[in-house]
Amino acid sequence: MHFRAAPPPPASSRTTIQVTVRLFAQYAELLEREQVVLSLAPPATVAQAVARLRQELPHGERLPERPLVAVNLRHVGADQPLGDGDEVALLPPLAGG
Amino acid sequence: MGTRSPYSRRSPVADRSYLTRTAIQPAELLAAVSDPALGGSVLFLGSVRRSEEDGPVAAIEYAAYEAMVAAELERIIGEARERWPAARLAAIHRVGTIPAGEASIGIAAALPHRAEAFAACRYVIEEIKRRLPVWKREVFDDGRRDWKAQG
Repeated sequence: MHFRAAPPPPASSRTTIQVTVRLFAQYAELLEREQVVLSLAPPATVAQAVARLRQELPHGERLPERPLVAVNLRHVGADQPLGDGDEVALLPPLAGG
Repeated sequence: MGTRSPYSRRSPVADRSYLTRTAIQPAELLAAVSDPALGGSVLFLGSVRRSEEDGPVAAIEYAAYEAMVAAELERIIGEARERWPAARLAAIHRVGTIPAGEASIGIAAALPHRAEAFAACRYVIEEIKRRLPVWKREVFDDGRRDWKAQG
């Protein structure tokens, strides 16, 4: 007798998604880290990811409620939906040029 | 210059090298957009300045979300090409520690005539200021360092 592993569920029915959150400049210093992996229950948005970081990370309350955010190298709004494997970047006020 | 330049004989547009850690070479930016059909070339350089209200700034450290800088600059230059289809454009941002007086950003735009060359160059710098994920920290003569908002 042997056990058979159940096949992995299709991506669309996973119970959580994982995103990598990157922190830059002031935000990396305020939170004392540059990267966090976050598990979220779908459907999840940028606003929900930010709220989780502010609640759960040490010093998370130092982040603004509505920071500038990029997902997969593009600027996005707070209601942007997130998918498994997305790279979410929290961007302090920009100062390029 | 020559073979030691960060552009290594290719244009910043052609080889997608939008970031450099060494001095920006204005002549190479201009060469990258040069074309006998384009009669107006504009070069913009933005340089680190000493800020009197903050005290003596010895240098500025620039940090970037490098992958996104490349992606965003590509989009900005693509948008400028849609508006000015004849344009040749090149842009490069310097990162790392930049002494006061040296350039942090260089943009070259070439078009058939001067009005559109100025306009295209202006479009690229304004969008860079608004959208590029780059941050700067002032380094003072006494060693203090402060993250600095857009200015």
